[in-house]
Amino acid sequence: MTNDLIHTTAAELAAKIHSGEVSSVEVTQAHLDRIAETDGKVRAFLHVDAEGALAQARKVDDAVLAGKAVSPLAGVPLALKDVMTTEGVPTTVGSKILEGWLPPYDATVTRKLKEAGVVILGKTNMDEFAMGSSTENSAYGPTHNPWDLERIPGGSGGGSSAALAALQAPLAIGTDTGGSIRQPGAVTGTVGVKPTYGGVSRYGLVAFSSSLDQAGPCARTVLDAALLHEVIAGYDHMDSTSINAPVPPVVAAAREGLTGDLSGLRVGVVTQFAGEGYQQGVLRSFQAAVSQLKELGAEVADVSCPSFDYALPAYYLIAPSECSSNLARFDAMRYGLRVGDDGTRSTEEVMSLTREAGFGPEVKRRIMIGTYALSSGYYDAYYGSAQKVRTLITQDFAKAFENFDVLISPTTPTTAFKIGERTNDPMAMYQADLCTIPANLAGTPAMSVPSGLSDEDGLPVGLQIMAPALQDHRMYRVAAAYEAARGAFGGPSL
Amino acid sequence: MTSLVELMDYDEVIEKYDPVLGLEVHVELHTNTKMFCGCANVFGGEPNTNTCPTCLGLPGSLPVVNGKAVESAIRIGLALNCEIAEWCRFARKNYFYPDMPKNFQTSQYDEPIAFNGWLDVTLDDGEVIRVEIERAHMEEDTGKSLHVGGATGRIHGAEHSLLDYNRAGVPLIEIVTKMIPGTKERAPEVARAYVTALRDLLKALDVSDVRMDQGSLRCDANVSLSPKTTGALGTRTETKNVNSLRSVERAVRFEMTRQAAVLSSGGEVIQETRHFDESSGSTSSGRKKETAEDYRYFPEPDLVPIAPSREWVEELRGTLPELPWERRARIQKDWNLTDEVLRDLVNAGALDLIEATVVAGAKPDEARSWWVSYLAQQANTRGVELSGLPITPAQVARVIELVNTGALTNKLAREAVNGVLEGEGSPDEVVEKRGLKVVSDDSALEKAVDEALAAQPDVAQKIRDGKIQAAGAIVGAVMKATKGQADAARVREIVVARCS
Ligand SMILES: [Zn+2]
Repeated sequence: MTNDLIHTTAAELAAKIHSGEVSSVEVTQAHLDRIAETDGKVRAFLHVDAEGALAQARKVDDAVLAGKAVSPLAGVPLALKDVMTTEGVPTTVGSKILEGWLPPYDATVTRKLKEAGVVILGKTNMDEFAMGSSTENSAYGPTHNPWDLERIPGGSGGGSSAALAALQAPLAIGTDTGGSIRQPGAVTGTVGVKPTYGGVSRYGLVAFSSSLDQAGPCARTVLDAALLHEVIAGYDHMDSTSINAPVPPVVAAAREGLTGDLSGLRVGVVTQFAGEGYQQGVLRSFQAAVSQLKELGAEVADVSCPSFDYALPAYYLIAPSECSSNLARFDAMRYGLRVGDDGTRSTEEVMSLTREAGFGPEVKRRIMIGTYALSSGYYDAYYGSAQKVRTLITQDFAKAFENFDVLISPTTPTTAFKIGERTNDPMAMYQADLCTIPANLAGTPAMSVPSGLSDEDGLPVGLQIMAPALQDHRMYRVAAAYEAARGAFGGPSL
Repeated sequence: MTSLVELMDYDEVIEKYDPVLGLEVHVELHTNTKMFCGCANVFGGEPNTNTCPTCLGLPGSLPVVNGKAVESAIRIGLALNCEIAEWCRFARKNYFYPDMPKNFQTSQYDEPIAFNGWLDVTLDDGEVIRVEIERAHMEEDTGKSLHVGGATGRIHGAEHSLLDYNRAGVPLIEIVTKMIPGTKERAPEVARAYVTALRDLLKALDVSDVRMDQGSLRCDANVSLSPKTTGALGTRTETKNVNSLRSVERAVRFEMTRQAAVLSSGGEVIQETRHFDESSGSTSSGRKKETAEDYRYFPEPDLVPIAPSREWVEELRGTLPELPWERRARIQKDWNLTDEVLRDLVNAGALDLIEATVVAGAKPDEARSWWVSYLAQQANTRGVELSGLPITPAQVARVIELVNTGALTNKLAREAVNGVLEGEGSPDEVVEKRGLKVVSDDSALEKAVDEALAAQPDVAQKIRDGKIQAAGAIVGAVMKATKGQADAARVREIVVARCS
């Protein structure tokens, strides 16, 4: 029974809970047991809130028993990335500088999850301040890929994706600044969606790069991701960059996609995302996916987006610039770590010592790059130029979408690499986000759906689907159709 | 400290240098809520009670622009004859300071909401100077640091510091003038007159409390000297902590004499921030910075651009009240005042009070006479501003009415006013309590006259002998006996009648 529950999709679990076939407490307990059993190896969670989870589960069960209407995902467990504030529950963002901080408020995403009766199991591991592509930058140690514990689960949201792959939760929340939902999804064989920028409120999302950060759903199936998407999306007056428009009908689109017909759909293959640095197994998996889309009736053709070649360098100016300012608030004055306050040191010294001790090397590297890029005399050359590239990338997308309904590419150039393999080579690490970054710069939606396993190493590969802004439902339809045609590809054994 | 600073005689300064002014005024808007969050915007309060995740800069919090503050900014811009931006953004000004929760201030940089305006400023002698406005932009206030221990109350030498974030995020408008050259010996006066005019304007717009003593209006004065021989622009200093109109004038004057002394002794004026000290009237150097401040401005990514539609701007233009100079022109015409009289009324801070008294029913000349003579004396005696007297224009109007109906003599009216000033209640209550009614009952007066004549038979005889001028002594005695509540002219008539 327990084993069945952890293998079950969120949609099915919800149906069972709402019909009274199984209680949310049973479902929640099954996942808590699974976490207890496997997380010593995977280390997906930074904090498990068993008490809070079971209390929420009981509330849902009471409502079901009382015959009250509950929302579509009520009672289903979820793993929440530790970047979202949770009132009274630790929120570290993977950093020592926030160790022990108990936020006095819930992020809008957290609040929406709670209001929808979703059971939050705990907070998942991540690269410190979401800066990284492997979860190795977490101050609390790396998360391990359930497919191969020697390998990285992607990042920054490696904890959320690993939790899904390890059957510790059927749903998870990630945040995606340059690929932090999609790249972990790809290397763990799970679904990860970065909605249109502004589609999901950023209120309570501890900022890395404000103009790029976007929270989104993670799941093992496209329909589950769509169900979660509709729970967390929507206009929020607390976030000025939130879009005041109806939530794209992603659940309906996913259901439509499951019928398996993509006749007439125009699919563009971005030619920039192939060639040197791309693993052959990844490219073969991608070609297989292209063939499958054609079989479903899609018209597939190549499309060139030349500015995408400059996405990575532009990203590594914009994101660090914004981060250098966003992370200035961590100064030991109001919350979190405080080092050296022994009565002999000045405020500035305490600030400096705290930041020195509290931030990891990658965070420091990006703060320094960003501080430099914004400084007077360099602003135009760096931050200014990067913003121009951003405009060009947005224009490339717009042009491509004149001829295509969706664009596709591999989500990542390679499958999961070994832990420690790229830690001393930041440039190699940054390459992991090569294909995912353009959508962040343009603010357009993109998702990764598993395209099976690479034939050379047996590790998961992701297919990236990109759509125009506010057309999130388009990519869900394609992903669901493809997922059904692709069929099962097995799972990790833990 | 002050004694170490060399100063040049003011006349000599003017002989050798031309002062150039620049004024930056920060005004706290009195919107109900803060600039970027829903916290109450109130002065004072228990420390850290008017705070939330956003104005405390907690991780994950986000700003949302207060629409009312934008509206106020546009109205200020319009009243200052500025252009209003069709599209502008907020920017982050990055620097570390403990009372700034995010370690950046959300401000505006190269895209202010209002720019290129002017304000006409009337000096004490009636001369009008046009001050060009560079820009007016929106930003948020910082919290407050309280440095405990140490001698100066400044951060250096303090034992520890306390932080209060109630003020953090209060909406501020910064109004910056262009360089104001050519004011010569009147530079300090121009500075004061400008801030005064701006204060009156902001008050008329009802956008701020404009209390310099509470910091809701703050002025930074930039001063530089240009040698007359070369005409080259000098290095400027920026004097902060100027907390009253008088201090604006003093601070500018002090800086002129200090900089002139530095320059004439062959030294160089250092570009720096200086602090004004109210008690000594001098400025002192602020913290020296080893490196030039680089605020690393960039557009605030958490906020969307502001694009006020032209329709909205015109609608707001329609909400502008009668502005101070328009009002002065109207009053001058309506009350038929000379330039000189009007200026005196303005300088005495009496215009508002007189107008309110007129609105309450008094005639302009009567109202004016009360405020500029008796009440002005009282204010002077008490050491307060005219507006600080504990009497309302409506109460003054009532006193005037009582005089006009004959219920009070002028002397009694002054007593009634005294009672109001002493806190004894309204004019009617004071009249009642102090028994100030004019004695108009002839029989009572005849009785008092008879008693006075009986008490001074020799005087009475003189009057009977035709020396009518002797009646004054009897009238005086009667007035004394009736505590001044009698109409002296009527008493005189009775005296003469009784003695004929
Ligand atoms: Zn607040």
